[in-house]
Amino acid sequence: MSDLLEPGVAERVLARALANGGRFAEVFAERRRGLAMAIDESRIESVQSGAEEGAGVRVVDGSTTYFAHVDGLDPADLERAADEAAAALRGERREPRPLRAAAPAPLAIEVRPENVPAERKAVLLRELDERARAQGGEIAQFTSSYAEARREVAIANSEGLLSGDDRTRTRIGAQAVARRGDAVETGAETLGAHRGFELLEDDPGQIAELAARKALTLLDAGPAPSGSMPVVVGGGFGGVLFHEMTGHGLEADHIQKGASVYVGKLGEQVAQPLLNAYDDGRLPHEWGSDAIDDEGAPTQKTQVIEDGRLTAYLYDRLTAERDGVASTGNGRRESFRHLPIPRMTNTYIAPGDAAPEAMIAELEQGFYAVSFAGGQVDPATGDFVFGVSEGYLIEGGKVTRPCRGATLVGNCLEALMAIDAVGDDFFMKTGICGKGGQKAPVGTGQGHVRVRTMTVGGTEL
Amino acid sequence: MGMSELSVTAGRAVEAALAAGAAAAEAYASRDSGREVRVHGGEVESLTAATQSGIGVRAWIGGRVGYAYGTDLSAPGVAAIAGRAAEAAAVADEDGFAAPPEPAPIEALAGLGDPSVAAWSTADAAELALTVERAALAADPRVAGVEQVFYADSAEQVAIASSTGLAGEYESSDCFAYLQALAAGEGGKETGLGFGLARGPAGLDPEAIGAEGAERATAMIGARKPASRSCPVVLDPTVAASFAGLIGGALGANAVQRGRSPFAGRLGEELASEALVLHDDGRDPAGPASAPFDGEGVPRRRTALIEGGRLRAFLFDTYTANREGGGVSTGNASRHGYRSQPTVATSNLIVGSGSLSFAELLGAAGEGVLVTDVAGLHSGVNPVTGVFSVGASGHAIRGGEPAEPLREFTIAGDLVSLLGAVEAAGAEARWVPFGGSVRTPPLLIGAMAVSGA
Repeated sequence: MSDLLEPGVAERVLARALANGGRFAEVFAERRRGLAMAIDESRIESVQSGAEEGAGVRVVDGSTTYFAHVDGLDPADLERAADEAAAALRGERREPRPLRAAAPAPLAIEVRPENVPAERKAVLLRELDERARAQGGEIAQFTSSYAEARREVAIANSEGLLSGDDRTRTRIGAQAVARRGDAVETGAETLGAHRGFELLEDDPGQIAELAARKALTLLDAGPAPSGSMPVVVGGGFGGVLFHEMTGHGLEADHIQKGASVYVGKLGEQVAQPLLNAYDDGRLPHEWGSDAIDDEGAPTQKTQVIEDGRLTAYLYDRLTAERDGVASTGNGRRESFRHLPIPRMTNTYIAPGDAAPEAMIAELEQGFYAVSFAGGQVDPATGDFVFGVSEGYLIEGGKVTRPCRGATLVGNCLEALMAIDAVGDDFFMKTGICGKGGQKAPVGTGQGHVRVRTMTVGGTEL
Repeated sequence: MGMSELSVTAGRAVEAALAAGAAAAEAYASRDSGREVRVHGGEVESLTAATQSGIGVRAWIGGRVGYAYGTDLSAPGVAAIAGRAAEAAAVADEDGFAAPPEPAPIEALAGLGDPSVAAWSTADAAELALTVERAALAADPRVAGVEQVFYADSAEQVAIASSTGLAGEYESSDCFAYLQALAAGEGGKETGLGFGLARGPAGLDPEAIGAEGAERATAMIGARKPASRSCPVVLDPTVAASFAGLIGGALGANAVQRGRSPFAGRLGEELASEALVLHDDGRDPAGPASAPFDGEGVPRRRTALIEGGRLRAFLFDTYTANREGGGVSTGNASRHGYRSQPTVATSNLIVGSGSLSFAELLGAAGEGVLVTDVAGLHSGVNPVTGVFSVGASGHAIRGGEPAEPLREFTIAGDLVSLLGAVEAAGAEARWVPFGGSVRTPPLLIGAMAVSGA
């Protein structure tokens, strides 16, 4: 366990938090360190180093949560947060249970990024810049970013839990702009993991080439089609499809407020029997993995769809309590300044048995969305939207010309049921998910997936 | 910590950066205290009390710039942050245009604070949020519930100091509330957003916020996909604001100078319709982003961006102004608090109002689509090329009147063409927290690609 939260201090803070009553109290202490830099116009710039520490204390009384957060980790800071959280309560003092320290093993980091000289990271970005520009004279602009972040957290609560985690994430991104006459196109690629600098030992420069090639390919793009048609979605970040279409709607806060199309659907057939899907916060090295969630619950693998049937919702502590079940280890918070809410970790459609080429060959007419720039859903209505970053027409069973500016729209329940093929070419990618004003690192994954019909929104009418 | 103490801390950070080897340095310190209330089902779901403070230090060594930030405002803490800024500068490459701004006279700006933020108790704020929920439920029997009412307010102090002699400080407050109302639809739920923003809770109208959410949710009951076609489109102020924000973002000199804006090389061109007038105003007292100076201490001002159909100006910070060759910063260095180094961004965007009422605007559209919500702006818009395709919902316009609700369609085009296609601006403008901070009326677009069934 780190030095963030001494057991004696934690007990004192929890006792103060319950000074005016409440059925549950928790202190969450955190130290954040990070370094980021970028290359733009072949110059290293935006070198930025951050260091923050602070704590959040919450007290739950009835159905109300009282929360206060402060900067700093001195005992006086923590006590101030406890006093502020307790200030609005009017009940009898409660005693927290004695703490029992748990020591879950953090995910292993081989090469601590902070021990690698900053110059080495600058050299890496220069290599990416050269690799991208070597793809051809039509690469007019290239930018790339490097970011490392370490979050040490400690959590203690009035039920006796005392636990902690030490998380290091490393990520690089590449964005290329290609130009031919008046035509301008962009391509982007990322590589990230819950790992240290060892992530970047195996040819990180290929993401620069991939970004550049995407932009160059799109120079030949025509307008995207409009209307309903079959859509084949690529592997990896294509998994954002499932993340938006289903994952958000399974987060128990949406369910309990009646603000999800998956309310009352547990046990029902929501997809074809060929579909199996998981949320798994324990996948080694993955971007969305942690040893414990931000409430101290061990992360776990949860099957959410089994042979097309809906089998689970995703819970944090309070929503689990309300449904009389155990937390699924999905209580996550952006920082000590935020309350935990149910969030996905790594969410994916398990590999199927279809060959991607065969899925496409069966289509007379359709759209091939290789990757997305992102997506968004309203869990209450089920309406979703995905911005396609690389897309092609499918004509006569073949992938033909690239398309620019396509967006896919649809409704969750219809589109999930319309998945009629799942590919055997599974892989994972990284994403940053936003919910309730909080960002969280999430993994998304799948092989190629085919949706029988979806609305493609382009400009070609 | 009082105001002057924050300035003292900023000054100490500048000294520490110089001592650590920086040739020039700037420090931006902020402190804010705020609260949040979440309400659901007639009960307070959570109450948050928060204080936070921190400092961000920019260090220059020749043309190399580094940035560091942190929360430890003790003397050794600030010295460590300043030292890390100087270390970061040593990693960056030389850039001849990088230099701190010279001090300019800063005119005070009144009206940025509202005493009701301090005067209202947390119980008062919670009651306001509960009133929003009750108003939504009472507005229409088809309102099935409210997913959440969210209320937040904060009071902020900002101080800036630099080795070029720049020094300034100000205080401001802000406040907002919104809800997501749920209406029982045909075989499913519909959602509707209602919101209000002000300098303090006394400036919010909880009844109106609740009623707006209820109206938007119930209006969507029975929505269907429209047919794919090109037709006139009316953007309501929340949607117009999102597009104004995208255009404002592409007018930032950083994107323009680096060839990553669809407006690069087009200054002075007649590319917009005369009906569209766009200004950036960092001093409008009602504007949430208003301040006496920007994120690097340069006075905020008003800049005409699009007027008379022409592209009149780009937005600059000190770096991009230097790069322009003797250009002047427009006071558009923006920060998201002490954690972010300044970059060019809009302050408050003001879209000029026209003379048509909302009903007259729909009348002018004749047959088309009224868009009341867009989704997927972060993934469906390419800021480099200006090409966009975003998810939308709203209503059909038939015979100049709002008709049946529509969903699951996209509107697509490109930002430059959109400017030329604006046929009219409505008369009634409002402040919208989307696309940054924007005051805009509804806009009538002559033709846009609508993709549905």
